Amino acid sequence: MKSLRYGGLVAAVLMVTTACAGAGGGGGAENSINVLMVNNPQMQDLQKLTADNFTKDTGITVNFTVLPENDVRDKISQDFSSQAGQYDVATISNYETPIYAENGWLTPLDDYVAKDTGFDQDDVLEPIRQSLTAADGKVYAQPFYGESSFLMYRKDVLDAKGLAMPEKPTWPQVADIAAAVDGAQPGMKGICLRGQPGWGQLMAPLTTVVNTFGGTWFTKDWQAQLNAPEFKQATEFYVDLVRAHGEAGAPQAGFAECLNNMTQGKVAMWYDATVAAGLLEADDSPVKGKLGFAQAPVVKTDSSAWLYTWAFGIQKASKKADNAWKFVSWASGKGYEELVGKTLGWSRLPDGKRKSTYQRPEYLAAGGSFAKQAEAAIAGAKPTDPGVQERPVSGIQFVGIPEFTDLGTQVSQKISAAIAGATTVDAALDESQALAETVAEKYRGK
Amino acid sequence: MRRLLGLAAWAAGLLFFAPVAWMVLTSLHSEPDAATNPPSLAAPITFDGYAEFFDSNPWPPLVNSLSASIGSTVLVLLLAIPAAYALSIKKVEKWSDVLFFFLSTKMLPVVAGLLPIYLVAQYTGMLDNISFLVVLYTSMNLPIAVWLMRSFLAEVPGEILEAAALDGAGLVTTLRRVVAPVALPGIAATSLICFIFSWNELLFARVLTGVVAGTAPVHLTGFVTSQGLFLAKVCAAAVVVSLPVLVAGFAAQDKLVQGLSLGAVK
Amino acid sequence: MTALREVEAPAGPTPPVRTGQLAAAARWARRAPLLPALIFTIVVTQLPFVATLVISLMRWNSLDPANRGFAGLDNYTAVFTDPDLRSAIGVTVVLTATVVLVSLVLGLGLALLLDRRFFGRGVVRTMLIAPFLVVPVAAALLWKHALYNPEYGLFNGVLTWLFGADAPQPEWIGGMPLLAVEASLVWQWTPFMMLILLAGLQSRPQDAVEAARIDGATAWQVFRYLTLPHLRQYLELGALLGSIYVVQNFDAVFTITSGGLGTANLPYTIYQTFYQAHDYGQASAAGVVVVLGSIVIATFALRVVSSLLREEVRA
Repeated sequence: MKSLRYGGLVAAVLMVTTACAGAGGGGGAENSINVLMVNNPQMQDLQKLTADNFTKDTGITVNFTVLPENDVRDKISQDFSSQAGQYDVATISNYETPIYAENGWLTPLDDYVAKDTGFDQDDVLEPIRQSLTAADGKVYAQPFYGESSFLMYRKDVLDAKGLAMPEKPTWPQVADIAAAVDGAQPGMKGICLRGQPGWGQLMAPLTTVVNTFGGTWFTKDWQAQLNAPEFKQATEFYVDLVRAHGEAGAPQAGFAECLNNMTQGKVAMWYDATVAAGLLEADDSPVKGKLGFAQAPVVKTDSSAWLYTWAFGIQKASKKADNAWKFVSWASGKGYEELVGKTLGWSRLPDGKRKSTYQRPEYLAAGGSFAKQAEAAIAGAKPTDPGVQERPVSGIQFVGIPEFTDLGTQVSQKISAAIAGATTVDAALDESQALAETVAEKYRGK
Repeated sequence: MRRLLGLAAWAAGLLFFAPVAWMVLTSLHSEPDAATNPPSLAAPITFDGYAEFFDSNPWPPLVNSLSASIGSTVLVLLLAIPAAYALSIKKVEKWSDVLFFFLSTKMLPVVAGLLPIYLVAQYTGMLDNISFLVVLYTSMNLPIAVWLMRSFLAEVPGEILEAAALDGAGLVTTLRRVVAPVALPGIAATSLICFIFSWNELLFARVLTGVVAGTAPVHLTGFVTSQGLFLAKVCAAAVVVSLPVLVAGFAAQDKLVQGLSLGAVK
Repeated sequence: MTALREVEAPAGPTPPVRTGQLAAAARWARRAPLLPALIFTIVVTQLPFVATLVISLMRWNSLDPANRGFAGLDNYTAVFTDPDLRSAIGVTVVLTATVVLVSLVLGLGLALLLDRRFFGRGVVRTMLIAPFLVVPVAAALLWKHALYNPEYGLFNGVLTWLFGADAPQPEWIGGMPLLAVEASLVWQWTPFMMLILLAGLQSRPQDAVEAARIDGATAWQVFRYLTLPHLRQYLELGALLGSIYVVQNFDAVFTITSGGLGTANLPYTIYQTFYQAHDYGQASAAGVVVVLGSIVIATFALRVVSSLLREEVRA
């Protein structure tokens, strides 16, 4: 009995030691690479297709770590900033790319692109390529998919009320329509707008509204403008609209919640990322075919759509940059789009990054009404000039400085509280102004 | 009255269990059925959520979690039992200060030490290595284990120890005949608690592991996505990841009650 | 090390030379079993804090690698003037106190219910401990998405069942964010408290209770004057262990509210400074301040601990 117990103990220890022996440090086997990705549907598809295609063709094994957006950003910044080299490739956006490149954390890709004739860099949409280029003029990441923002609405609901959506609506028009269709069906609200804290959640659509209302986070000479009249007016408009005619649970609603609301017919309109359209028009979606799409609503500017891309960057500390490039080139290439189209369906293409995508007849047939709208929105995005005034750095729905993740998140928490009714917009923006001013001060001194 | 109290206990039990039952039920529904209002209790049962979970290659993370939990629990016991002995049976001077020191390390915010720990792991090449998690989990559980084990050993009757010593019984015999019977339920309870806390740990695992040494809770969070529905598969993953702890806890609940009573059970 | 070798000396054939040496050897022999655990704990838990202390004096933002250097006390100035950190302290205190007290009271009630015989007691106990055995991050995800979600969560679903399509559909997280986090934690910690208190109840000397009953004591009197005093150290143990874990809670806040709506506690706030602001210097300074604060509170907790120890000496 006693010896039995002792035996169990020894077995456990042995088991652990063997497990430890199996677990080498970062890096892994010679012919493998480690990839850290955000858990979006397009990446899940990529993960499923890699072994049977990329690995089979090249012999390179790809180890994925897939995490939700908040977690993955923390982990990427940790690994890249310390250049720990655990991951050879990671999904980074057009926000991180120039900042990471400037800090020397990314491998420049120009040489690889030049040698890899099949990749066709010129096919990548210009605003996307531009947004992944650092100050030194080199490209540091390749897009996996790109997106802009636009307004999605239930054509059937608007028709039933005798309303028509203009091709290029203004925000006051959208607010009127939202009021008119609020309650058009039992339990249906007028519009879904993100309210979940996070610089990439609430702050993204709100900042595009601020831009088109004539506001900005910072002036050219780094004066914080968060409690300036335009910023305040835009925020009040957004908060009032979502409180009056917005979705239930707005202070916690992000992209996923709004997608569900729209799918389940709980809202009549939704202003968000263009990638949502593909999910709403998917075969098993109950609202398939009932949707209309309009450009991002404006006030004082011509357009207000954002520009965003999930792209692959290669860590500078990676010892397997050549193999890493092969993966990036495969995943971002035309061939992969073809593969997804043929095996998983053309509506699941990681789109919004290449001109050639919008010349594929099968894709246009599947993408229907939204594909061209999305392309136009992306092509028309102006990251360096998104508002009515000059900006100190580029970025439409964000400010391209490292401090923005923290600043944007803290501000979004205060505005989310205003959406919840726990504070007023005035109070939220006055507190936010103080935070932004601290950041601005740092840059004024530079 | 008696009946009423029994009913109240049943009501409370069902109330506390309801979220767990809901988790299991949701895990057996399709994604659209899992996201309806009012909830669809009678929606068709499907194992799609589980299929997705097992398609995601969950075995390495599960094995990692098991290694880290068992490894650290064993290490904790090896360190804690002698320490508890020196704090209860053959007491060192200022033993209560030492005990307090152990406990005080639990009150320091783990997150404040995260950066130095990460840097150490990076420079020693221990990032993404289960052994490193074993060490951290051991330090995380050791204070509680010392505390609990000391309480159990303090129940060993001193007179019997002295009598055994007078009889000329060796240390091993004393340990086996006198200490072990009192200490074993305590060891069982302590091991279970250490196992549970190691298995559940997320912060260290998230920060310090990658493709090789990722643990089950980290793998679980990977099912959350900000685009698309995920409730059913997250619930399926949560059920599977919680299963080892649930089984161990259910099986050993008597030991747990007995052990937590600090060896005072008559 | 020399001291350890001397331990073996008395066992040898030569008699000990000096009694002082013997006493020292005996002391070290007593300490020997303690040392591995003690040294391990010091190395793994204390050294990182020394490093934290050093980093807290540095200007170090990982997103700005060029600008690293000695900052003096700047980070501490930033910490003490940061309103978010002040509110985080308040949140941590409220969160910990609420969760621990409510779980203790509920746990006590459940333990008392379970202490008597009734049909299916084992099943009820098994159901009651289940929440403690669910992986915390799974529990947090469950509460956020499957229970609280205003559109398809169980809570609002039940309201729809009960009151039809016009049922109120409160926004659990948006409307009562801190309460939402607390409820999920209470759900997880009540079973733990119940287990400890149940253990206490079952170790209660039955003869005293019987004697009191024969003397005509009411159930309340038995509870007030016999059970509760006996349970005191178990209540204290529960409070102590509960506080230690709830104070550190990160998973629930990170998952349920992402620190929004005034629910950011200290661990989350420091984490945010690390991972969103990447300000290693300031995060470390905040860490040091929190450590100092914890020591003050810990010293207070020591009184609880020492009362536990005194009880034992008396017993």
